This record gives sequence, structure tokens and C-alpha cells, in this order.
Amino acid sequence: MEYLKKYPKLFQWLFLLAVFFGLCFAIDVPETYKFIRGQAEFIKDPNQSVYFFLGKEVRYYAFDVFWRLPPLLGWLPIWINDSLFFLMNEWLPMEFWNEDTQEFKTRPLLLQISRNLTSFMTFLIELIREILLGGLNTIVAFSSWDWIDANPWAELPGLPWTIVAAGATILSYKLSGKGLALFAGLTMIYISIFGQWKPSMQTLSFILVAAPLSFIFGLGLGIAAYKSKRVEKALYPILLVMQTMPQYAVLVPALVLFGVGDHAAVIITMVVAVPPMILLTILGLRAIPPEVIEAGRMSGCTNWQLMLKVLIPTARRDILIGVNQVIMVCFSMAVISAFIGAKGLGFNLLLALNQLNIGLALEAGLCISLIAILLDKMSLAWANKQTDYFGNLTFFQRNKNVIFFAASFVIGIILAYVGTFIFKGSFNYLFEIPHNKGISTADFWNKGVDWIFDTFFIYIKAFNTWLIQDVLQPMRALYLRMPAVATLVLAVGAGYLIGGIRSALVVCALTLFIALSPWWDRALVTLYMATFGVVISCLIGFTVGTLSFQNKKSAAFMLGICDIFQTFPSFVYLIPVMMLFGITDTSVLIAVVVYATIPATRYTIEGLRSVPVGLHEAATMSGVNKFQRLTKIEFPLAFPHMMLGLNQTIVFALFMVIIGAFIGTEDLGQYILKALSDKNGAGIGLTLGICVAFIGLIFDNLIRTWVNQRKKHLGIS
Amino acid sequence: MSETVIKCESVYKIFGENAKKMLEEANGNVDAKTFQEKGCIVGVNNASFEVAKGEMLVVMGLSGSGKSTLLRCISRLTDATGGKIFIEGQDLLELNNKELIDLRRNKMGMVFQSFALLPHKTVVENIAFPLQIKGTNTEDSISRAMEMVKLVGLDGRENYFPRELSGGQQQRVGIARSLAVEPDIWFLDEPFSALDPLIRKEMQDEFLRLQEKLQKTIMFITHDFDEALKLADRIAIMKDGIIEQLDTPANIVLNPATEYVRKFTEEVPREKVLVIEDVMDTSSKDNLGDLKVSKDEIIENVAEKILTQEKIVGVVDSNNNVVGSIKPSKIIDTVFGGRKDSN
Repeated sequence: MEYLKKYPKLFQWLFLLAVFFGLCFAIDVPETYKFIRGQAEFIKDPNQSVYFFLGKEVRYYAFDVFWRLPPLLGWLPIWINDSLFFLMNEWLPMEFWNEDTQEFKTRPLLLQISRNLTSFMTFLIELIREILLGGLNTIVAFSSWDWIDANPWAELPGLPWTIVAAGATILSYKLSGKGLALFAGLTMIYISIFGQWKPSMQTLSFILVAAPLSFIFGLGLGIAAYKSKRVEKALYPILLVMQTMPQYAVLVPALVLFGVGDHAAVIITMVVAVPPMILLTILGLRAIPPEVIEAGRMSGCTNWQLMLKVLIPTARRDILIGVNQVIMVCFSMAVISAFIGAKGLGFNLLLALNQLNIGLALEAGLCISLIAILLDKMSLAWANKQTDYFGNLTFFQRNKNVIFFAASFVIGIILAYVGTFIFKGSFNYLFEIPHNKGISTADFWNKGVDWIFDTFFIYIKAFNTWLIQDVLQPMRALYLRMPAVATLVLAVGAGYLIGGIRSALVVCALTLFIALSPWWDRALVTLYMATFGVVISCLIGFTVGTLSFQNKKSAAFMLGICDIFQTFPSFVYLIPVMMLFGITDTSVLIAVVVYATIPATRYTIEGLRSVPVGLHEAATMSGVNKFQRLTKIEFPLAFPHMMLGLNQTIVFALFMVIIGAFIGTEDLGQYILKALSDKNGAGIGLTLGICVAFIGLIFDNLIRTWVNQRKKHLGIS
Repeated sequence: MSETVIKCESVYKIFGENAKKMLEEANGNVDAKTFQEKGCIVGVNNASFEVAKGEMLVVMGLSGSGKSTLLRCISRLTDATGGKIFIEGQDLLELNNKELIDLRRNKMGMVFQSFALLPHKTVVENIAFPLQIKGTNTEDSISRAMEMVKLVGLDGRENYFPRELSGGQQQRVGIARSLAVEPDIWFLDEPFSALDPLIRKEMQDEFLRLQEKLQKTIMFITHDFDEALKLADRIAIMKDGIIEQLDTPANIVLNPATEYVRKFTEEVPREKVLVIEDVMDTSSKDNLGDLKVSKDEIIENVAEKILTQEKIVGVVDSNNNVVGSIKPSKIIDTVFGGRKDSN
């Protein structure tokens, strides 16, 4: 009784667990239950039950309601699909002038808007692409095909790679200095001589359109939300869902709305990249001390001046993190959107992975990662650049970068011209090194992989078998063994114990959505994979973070590594694991673990760092040793921040689990991938995406509520 | 008295949803408690005063007394709920946005407690900021800013970022920035509160030196009574949004209007605050000894001389005319006597 009074929460949790397990044991697995046939598949089977809603037919296998809820939301994907089609193809037909055929044509409004938007995007991408690689579409846009036929010289020749490389180097030097310039130069040379120039420039042109547009939209909407509570309230739920929505899932509706190609990829990248930018903009603007704003206003700023010269620069730190995120997402999407026909490195990477040519995939992946790191560093340096008012510079000093670029421009052209004589009849390597004609280390890597396989096959196989048979299969079975009612009770109970009735209701709604969708079983599999990944990641991240925190230098070093790893597009993580473990669940899970360890490590270090120095000293003076200080002072105080890391770890893990569908899993991700090639896939893809997002949001809600309470309790909010 | 620069007529600032309506209903009789029960917080309660050209008015009060809110009403960083504010005869609350911006760009400067420097700009850029906002070209604004850098003694540090400066240096930048446009009216919101005592004293002296030179019209906010005594031409003491007393430092020390004000004055070393004129006897000018002291001398400086005299000491003005007298016993009485019980 005394314990009960002392630890009431503990007993409430124990009671909840007891109820959960009681329900698990009380409810038997129905004999007809089989995972793979699971719930609603869109096949006809006399054993299925049927209901009609909104004119849609939903077929499903009926079970005891306690075991699995019927898919009462089964009509939703079909309905979304039909609505999208209606909006695109039938809604509000209007007359539009058609430039090509010179006549009015009737088209639904939304289709017209979408076509205009896509042609605008296409123009932007083509413009940059043709500056870098040459071509004539841009010129055609301003003239006509007839004109081009009459004037064949008018095709843009494209820049020799030497000029682009020199330009990137000079720009980096201007922005940051020698270090970055060296990095930029080496990156460009690497890309070129490894024959990745063309796909790299295609990817770059895509990024150079997508990233600035995402930045502008994100910043603009962020400012709007900062200025108006109403806008913020309207945006917030969308932002929340988008934060945890897997990137795959948005691809499918984009297919329907914008078709296939680079332009659709840009738009969909914006959809994914804008929300974090908005959130970080709001966060940054909110954190500005009120006195700084007052100082700006007392200096006589107009509203515009206040925003541009005071607010945005002061919130620069958070906005820069936003830019970083935007670039990260753009590169991630550069790969993923290869699924909907974007050209460039991503396409090559997917192709190589599909052919199991690990060496080629590695080279493409390295290119993407290098460009990502380069752009990230350049944007950072640009934002931190300062002006020198007092340097008494000569004309040459002031304009040396322009002069150098002009010089390298001329030299590049001369080199390319000379090249036409040297490489007569073959490729002009001084102009552009064609794809597959550069140096390639692919064979080396492939042989290396083969060697690893041959040498360590037994061990890898043994590990693989052990993991799958003794760990993963039982774990998966356990998750699938949970009756729906028990899961619901557990989730809602946890919500109630952590955040009271409000949290309980939120969690209940989110869980019910998934439970009533046709994919509850798949969601459980997703959850099991994510759980496995999160647990291992947290163990590793927590240990590594704590260890490297013991020394200031190693902590900074570790954070640097986290930064670099975070810049890698998520798909790149699949390459090395496929190298080692081939096409198995083990590969996916290891990729998940590696990817999700990043936030776990980062937040551990940051959390420990945030413990005030005064407390360290107080602890040291009370005579604690290092270990006691860690367990008694640092962990309890850093714990809330570390829990936020757990939150991120879960989101990262879910993302990677879904991407892992590419290797072949049987969870929600696999269905999203399938929806990509389904002509009715838009609704399914979106609903599945929402399901994954909701899994993330359930944990997000619970963790955030707990952290806020805890912070208030510790007085560190 | 010379011309009035700032004039407030029963200014109210009440925070809350129905503040305006409640103020009208209260009919000039605002009671903080009843307002609070209805969910409104009274920031400034019926403040009326004037500040003359070249005068320094120090508003003193503890935190939450509404002194900063009053300052923000006068600089219109917040809109007053009721009352009228005139800046050089212009009705501040009637100004439209453009006129207000014009006023701030040319007439007003403000210094903040937490310095409020722009973190991404260097010292000289921070100081040049108000000029650049006005549209001054880069060269002129930077050279003007460099003058200001010299004025506040930060030469050699113009390319530092605020994060690289100490608190005192940061506030020098804040002061330089607020003076860059040569404003007539200077608002200072607890400018020295975040500084160490030694630095604070140094900055106060520096500030007096600047004011000697510039002769601005100043509203200075502080929670430090000693600081108020040291700097002020007149002091307004605020409590719960109400101005309890507005008077010269000497009058506040000698004749505190309320119990609240008296508590502040108790610990004040009077000999350092009062001048001879404040304590002299103007009625009798006879039987004077040889010693004559100026009426503007601070008591501390002449106390020793007076106390060694047997006879009554004469007090003279700047033209050496006798305007009053002072007995040595009066000095003792002023410094040591009548502290606890009211005079």
C-alpha cells in the first residue's frame, strides 16, 4: 500500500500493461486469420464480406471485432481517387486559348492550372539544364521550331565542364575561402572524370529550381503564419502530418496531378521541403527578443524593412537550419522522384540498384552526397558572409573573382576548342566526359563485394539467418498477435496516463484511423520494423553520444559526422547494406538503424550539452565522481531533450522502413510502392501515407506531451 | 520654463481584451484590483506630466510598476489605451504610420536594457542601421557611424560583432546607435541595469558627460534609486502604474509625498544628494561669520568647512549676493537627524 502511494504512476502503468496482456491472452487468433490475405485486397473472394458506402464497394475479410476492426474507412482511398479524377478531368470546364493550335479549347480548370504550372517548372529546369549542358528547348520557347530549323547555329552549346568546375571553385572561394574552394574543385573534377557529369548536372538543375522555390515559399508562409494566428492555425495540422509523411506517399497523387517528369518532381519536392522550412521560420521568428524588434521599430523601420533587415537576419540561425533541411530533402527527393521520371543521378542510382550493380550505385550515390554537402556548405557560408567597408581595395582586388571567372571562362572555351583537335573523332574530354566513358571504379567495388561475399558468406549468412529466424520472425509474430482492441487500449491508456483526456482522445483518433483502414496488419509490420530499428538506434546513439560527450573535441567531431551523414540522401543508405546483406529484411533494418542513429546520437550530445555549467561545478564540489555526475545530474536533466531525439529517431526510422520497400518488405511501404504503378493508386498511396504519418504522430504526441510536462517540472522550459 | 517637448495628459495603458470599453466605463477612476478581477492588467494609470527641452526626467519604479510600459506608450511602441500624448505639440496618437516612422527616424532614439543589437551586424553596421533605414547612402552612414564609434570610445572595435563585446561595450554600441540620427528626444530603458556595478558607474559618468555635450530631452527608466538621484533633473516615482511623486531629487528626499516614496529615501546619503540651497535658512541673513559658501555646493563638499565654524555661515549665489544662511547644527541635523520619523 505504501508503494502504491509513493509511486502511483508506476502502478497505473502496471495496471495498463496487465489489462493489455490480459486482452492479448483472452482474445484468440481466429482460425481463418492469415496475414498475407489479411484485410481488404481488391480481389473477389466468396469468403469476403462486402459493404457499400458513398457508392463505393468495399470488400474485406470479416473477423471478430475484438481481433481486427472491419475496414470502415475502406471507401476512403477509392473516394479520394475518384474525387481527384473528377477534379482533374471534369470539374469546371473552361475555354482556354491554345498557343500551338491557335484556337480555344475546353479544359477543366484544375487541369489547365496544373499544365501551366508544370510548363513553367519545365521551363525553369530546362533553362538551367541547357546553360549547363546545352540544348535548344529554351530558345524554342522564345522563338519557334521553324526558326530553329532555319538557324541551326542557335542551339545553346552548354558550358564545358572546366568552366563550371572553375566557377564553382571561385564561388566557393568568395563565399568561404580556400577549404571550401578545394572541396568544390575536387568534387567537380571527381564528377567529371568519373563520367557522371551529365546526370549530375541534370540533378543539379533540378535542385537549383526546387531548393530556391521551396525556400521562398517556406519563408513566405512561415512569415505569414508568424504574422497571423489564423494562418498558423490553418497550416499547423498540415505541417504536422507532412512532417511524418513518408516521401514515397506524396509521389502517387503527384502523378495524377502533374504527370511524369522533372516538373512533377520539383512540385512534389516543394510539397515535402516547404513544411520544415515553414516550421523553422516560425520557430526562429518567435525566438527573437522583443527588444530587438522594438529597436528596429524605433530606428524607423517600415514593416518591410523590419522584416527584411531585422527579423529575418536575427532569426537567421533557425532559418539556416531550414535551408539545410530544404537542401537535404531536395537531394533525398532527387533520388526518390526518379520513380516518377525525374532524370539525373537518382535515376542512375535506382537503375544500378535494380541491376544490383553496387559499384555503379556507389559512384552515383557518392556524387549526390558530394553535391549535397557542397551546396549545404555554400548556402551556409553565403548566409554568414560579411561586408568589409574599410578595406581600401584596388579595382583588381574588388573584382578579382569576376576577373578570374572571366579568365577561366575564356580558358575553358579555348581548352574545349583545342580538345576538338586532340580528340578528333572521339569524345572531346575537355568539353564533356560522357556518361560511362569516364573512369569507373564500379568493377573494383563489385569485385570487392563479390570477394566479401565469397569470403564471409558463411558468417553473413549465419548472422542473417539468426537475425531473421530468432529475432525478426518472432518479433513480427508477436506484433501481429496483438488483437486490435488490446492495441487500442494500450495506446489510449498510454495517452491518458501521459497527457490526460486530451492526449487520450488524440491518440485514440489517430489509432482508430489506422485500425479502420484496410491496412492494419501492414501497419503492425511497419511498426515492428520501426520498433526494432528505434531500439537498436537508441542504444547505439545513446552510448556513442554519451561516450563522445566526455570530451569536448570528440563531441564536436561526432556532431560534425552527424551533419555529414544527415546530408546524404536517404536512398544512399541502401547501397552499402545491399552490398553486404543482399535483398533481405536484414538490409532494410540495418539501413534503418544507421539512418535513425543520427538523430539519436545528435540529441544525446545536445541534451547533455544543455546541462548548465553551474550544475556541473556544483556536482563536482559535492564530490561526485564522473559516473555519478552522469547518472545523477546529467542524464535526468538532459533526458527531456533526449526524448525529443527519440521522437526524431522514430520519424527517421519510419522513413527508412518505408524506403526499404524498394528492397522488398511486406509493410505499408510495399503498398505505397505498388500504388505507384497502379492507375488508381493516388488514393491508396495518400491513405497509406497518412497511416504512416499517423503512426509517427501518435508517438510524437505522447513524447512531446511528456517532455513538456517534464521540462516544466524541472524548470527548464 | 523653456518649451515643452513631451506632454502626457492622463495616459492609461490597460492590457486585456475589453480594455478600451472598461476604461470608458471606469470614468477616469481606474482601480487595478477590480480591473484584474475582470481579466485586465493596468500598466499605466492616469499619468500626466511634461518634459521640457533639454531636461532629463528619470522614471523610477520597481519591476512591474509600469515604467517601461509608460515609456513604450510615449514612443508608441504600444498604443496607449486612453489619454493624450504630445511630442513637440504633435498629437502622437493621431499620427499615421508614415508620420510615426518619420518621427522615429528623425526625432527619437532609444536604448534598451538588453542592448537589442542586431546579432548579424558588426558594431559599425549596427550604429549605421538607423541611417541606412532612413536611406542615407552607405558611405555617409558609415562615416557618421564611425564618428559615433569614436564618441562612445569604441575605436578599433568597429568590425567586431556584438557577441564579441562585453556588456558595457555592447551598451555603448546601443547608445551610439540611438544617437546616430541626432535625435532630439532620447529614451533610455534601464540602459545600465544589466551591467556590473563598476561598469555601471563608469557608464553613468560617461552618460552625464554626453548629456552635457548634447543637451537632449531625455526620459530615462531605472529601478535604481541612487541612479535616479545621480542623473535626474526631475524624478517620477511609479508604483502599480501610478506616478506617486514627480519632483526634483532634493524635494523627493526632503519631502517624500507618500509612505512608499519615503521608504526609498530612508537609506539615501543626503549629504551627497542635497545642495546648500535645499537646506539653507532664507529668513535670517544676520550675524554671519566670515565663511561664505555657494548655494549650489553639494553638502558633502562643504560640510567639514561649515562644521568647524562657530558662527552662522552665509550662503551666496553666483553673483556673491547673500541669499541665506546656514547653522552648523543644521548640517548635523540634515545628515544624521530625522531619518526614521518624518520631518
